[in-house]
Amino acid sequence: MHNHTLAQLAQQLQQGTCSSEELTRETLRRINEQDEKLNAFITVCEQEALSAAKAADAMRAAGKATALTGIPIAHKDILCTEGVRTTVASRMLSNYVSPYDATCVAQLKAAGAVMVGKTNLDEFAMGSSNENSHFNPCRNPWDPSRVPGGSSGGSAAAVAGRLVVAASGTDTGGSIRQPAALTGVTGLKPTYGRVSRYGLIAFASSLDQAGPLTQTAEDAAMMLQAMAGFDQRDSTSIDQAVPDYCATLNDSLEGVKIGLPKEYFDKIDSRVVETVLTGVEELKKLGASVKEVSLPHTSLAVSAYYVIAPAEASSNLARFDGVRYGHRCDNPKNLEDFYKRSRSEGLGNEVQRRILIGTYVLSAGYYDAYYLKAQKIRRLISQDFQNAFADVDVLLSPTSPTTAFKLGEHAHNPVEMYMTDVNTVAINLAGLPGLSLPAGFIDDLPVGMQLIGNHFTEAKLLNVGHRYQQVSDWHQKLPPTFE
Amino acid sequence: MQWETVIGLEVHVQLNTNSKLFSGAATTFGAEPNAQACAIDLALPGVLPVLNHQAVRLALKFGQAVDAKIARRSIFARKNYFYPDLPKGYQISQYELPIVGQGHLDVVMADDSSKRIGITRAHLEEDAGKSLHEDFQGMSGIDLNRAGVPLLEIVSEPDMRSAKEAIAYLKTLHTLVRYLDISDANMQEGSFRCDANVSVRRHGEEKFGTRAEIKNLNSFRFIDRAIDYEVARQINLIENGGKVVQETRLYDADKNETRSMRDKEEANDYRYFPDPDLLPVEITDDMLEKAKQSLPELPQQKLQRFQNDYQLNRQDALLLTSDIELAHYFESVVESEGVGKNSAKLVANWILTELLALLNKAHLTIKQSPINPTLLAGLIARIADNTISGKIAKTIFAAMWNGEGSADEIIDKQGLKQITDSSAIEKIVDEVIAASPNQLQQYRSGKDKLFGYFVGQVMKATQGKANPQQVNELLRKKLQS
Repeated sequence: MHNHTLAQLAQQLQQGTCSSEELTRETLRRINEQDEKLNAFITVCEQEALSAAKAADAMRAAGKATALTGIPIAHKDILCTEGVRTTVASRMLSNYVSPYDATCVAQLKAAGAVMVGKTNLDEFAMGSSNENSHFNPCRNPWDPSRVPGGSSGGSAAAVAGRLVVAASGTDTGGSIRQPAALTGVTGLKPTYGRVSRYGLIAFASSLDQAGPLTQTAEDAAMMLQAMAGFDQRDSTSIDQAVPDYCATLNDSLEGVKIGLPKEYFDKIDSRVVETVLTGVEELKKLGASVKEVSLPHTSLAVSAYYVIAPAEASSNLARFDGVRYGHRCDNPKNLEDFYKRSRSEGLGNEVQRRILIGTYVLSAGYYDAYYLKAQKIRRLISQDFQNAFADVDVLLSPTSPTTAFKLGEHAHNPVEMYMTDVNTVAINLAGLPGLSLPAGFIDDLPVGMQLIGNHFTEAKLLNVGHRYQQVSDWHQKLPPTFE
Repeated sequence: MQWETVIGLEVHVQLNTNSKLFSGAATTFGAEPNAQACAIDLALPGVLPVLNHQAVRLALKFGQAVDAKIARRSIFARKNYFYPDLPKGYQISQYELPIVGQGHLDVVMADDSSKRIGITRAHLEEDAGKSLHEDFQGMSGIDLNRAGVPLLEIVSEPDMRSAKEAIAYLKTLHTLVRYLDISDANMQEGSFRCDANVSVRRHGEEKFGTRAEIKNLNSFRFIDRAIDYEVARQINLIENGGKVVQETRLYDADKNETRSMRDKEEANDYRYFPDPDLLPVEITDDMLEKAKQSLPELPQQKLQRFQNDYQLNRQDALLLTSDIELAHYFESVVESEGVGKNSAKLVANWILTELLALLNKAHLTIKQSPINPTLLAGLIARIADNTISGKIAKTIFAAMWNGEGSADEIIDKQGLKQITDSSAIEKIVDEVIAASPNQLQQYRSGKDKLFGYFVGQVMKATQGKANPQQVNELLRKKLQS
């Protein structure tokens, strides 16, 4: 059962082959059995899950079931879930229970999905390896001595190890796509504004987006269908109709123009390039045409990102001061001591590092040279994509420069770690949708292929992904110890 | 006098929207602590601000009323600093692109001259919560009811040259925001707060001197005294070889002095940047037009009209129009049955002398007056139609204040109708004259002052109800012959 896709499980539930309660119990059992190898979960909520499963079965009996009714899923522990703690993998919020559900969580709940737990991540979504977690690192099911990627490492590992059929993640600089690539699953970052950020604990407000991690593009389409939509409570969410993402999955790829941005194949492991280009060949066979394009300002993307994201984070995280909720130090001597110790004790090293960087680039005398400059570069990067999309329908590139690296490999060099985001950050800066697909293996480690579309072209990305997955089977492979 | 004072004022006006600037929580004053602070106001993880458009409309109204340039596109910015009454660790404000730009306010000074004071800008921002340091045994209590309430920060040009000018500007601004109904501008409740930027320079000097910002100014009187103190302090400092430091100073009303708030001389770096959670505010022609249409009659216009339509003198008109509620009260009385424009002067007198005196003594506003316009109109109608004399009216007024009913009811109950029957008065005059032969003789031999004695006697005999003009006429006639 654990190797079925979401679409298959939905069909089984619909046909009565199994109940949601059975499916949920099986999921919980598998998590219980397998998660100690991964540490993909921070919280498992058995009671709540079974309760929701029973309710889903009752909905089905009453004839009110929809596509996701009764499907067990997990949420990245950065999305607020009413009644079940949301820790952001931080000591600061290790006991925080939100009084409300994030909008996308509520929408999935309303669609009947059953939450089984909250998954591990890099603290406050700051990281590319899930090593920055107060609750210990998460491991890659393909090789437990390696990272699953980050920051949505837990969600990716849980889906890759088939502990759960689908999970939500969030992506600010690649945090859905990169772990998807490193663990061999499908991960979608929607267009900025497509999914509400209300209840998504903010890292970088102009970059964050929540999206699904699943086995297949079809599954991702079903998840996105429930997650997407305008939300009045998020002023940056876009009031644009949500199309039926499943309706166009099988569209022909005849005439689809794919662009390969040469800068995205540049500093990449040559075997990764080779693997991705094999995937390109498959798409050509399906009728797509391929040409090389250029995104000239690509080399500035990581720098611009690591100015803008920390800047916004330094402000977003100011509220974590121990005054109204969260970790508060013992016996503060005065206000300054209160703030200093509560935050130093509550927030991890990488988080502190980024707050310091962010504070610096916004400070008087440096704002123009750093923050303002980075925003100007952002505009240029955005323009690069618009120019490319005048020419092609989708862009394609390797998602990550390498396969999964070892735990501790980049521990002593944060900038080295930042460079693993080289192919993903520009997409966030431009607010575009991006989809990572399993495209092959190198030394038994997954390789991901990234599709990038113009704003609100998720349907097209999922269509290309789905057609590709009909002629490839990378997405069906299981990690050896998880069969 | 070699020194010149330069004053600029920053006024924070709490807008009277029903809910907060970025959340739906209520803005009512005086609620139980933290009863009006929702998830957004508490800055819980994951929440986001949503703009209250009514606040924008009120800001536009203000902008139109001061002839200001309106920014077609303005931006909210984060002002970052740490303090327990600032839940997010930043205040959402406006920095480089405020909604209201350059405008002006024409201010009438004490000597009746008019001075145009520039307004540099006005922007929207959210208020912070309150810190309470007493009653908590060495700790502090944080009340977040006020956190998120919409403020319009109005910044003047440094155009004022004395404390008196500053007060005149503030009073004019205060009157205006109440006229516009964008704020109740209650200084005691904190919905109209003023900070003063004060500096001095030698006459003829073009450059401005270093300014100090004075905070904690809770009344017009305090502002007046604080500015005077600060000017003297700065002059004294400079004349003794010192330099004025750019700093924030608190006014201590008990000691009548300003004190520096800073330990170090570092200015806070607020690291302003555009708030990525909010969209730019776009102002359309339609919105501007609607704001203009929504403008009520402004104080200057009302002042002019009161003088023209009601034949009031400038002084009375100024007083009556200084507060919108007072102006409304006045017009309600004049428009009542039995009163009318011809009695406008009478109405003005009664309000400005009798009514305001009692209200001030009882610390009541005109809105809280136990004598409403209908009651006062009833009284004035009876003066106008000669039912009672002005003197008796004062008795009735006091009774009305004590809740004894309408003028007619009191007149009836106490039998206060004026005696206007000439023959009746004549009879009493004759009786009085007959009863006072000595005084009559003295009067006729030249002691004119005794006329008052006879008037007094007639009034006594009629319990004050005889019509004074008729008494005078008849007495003159009878005493001559």
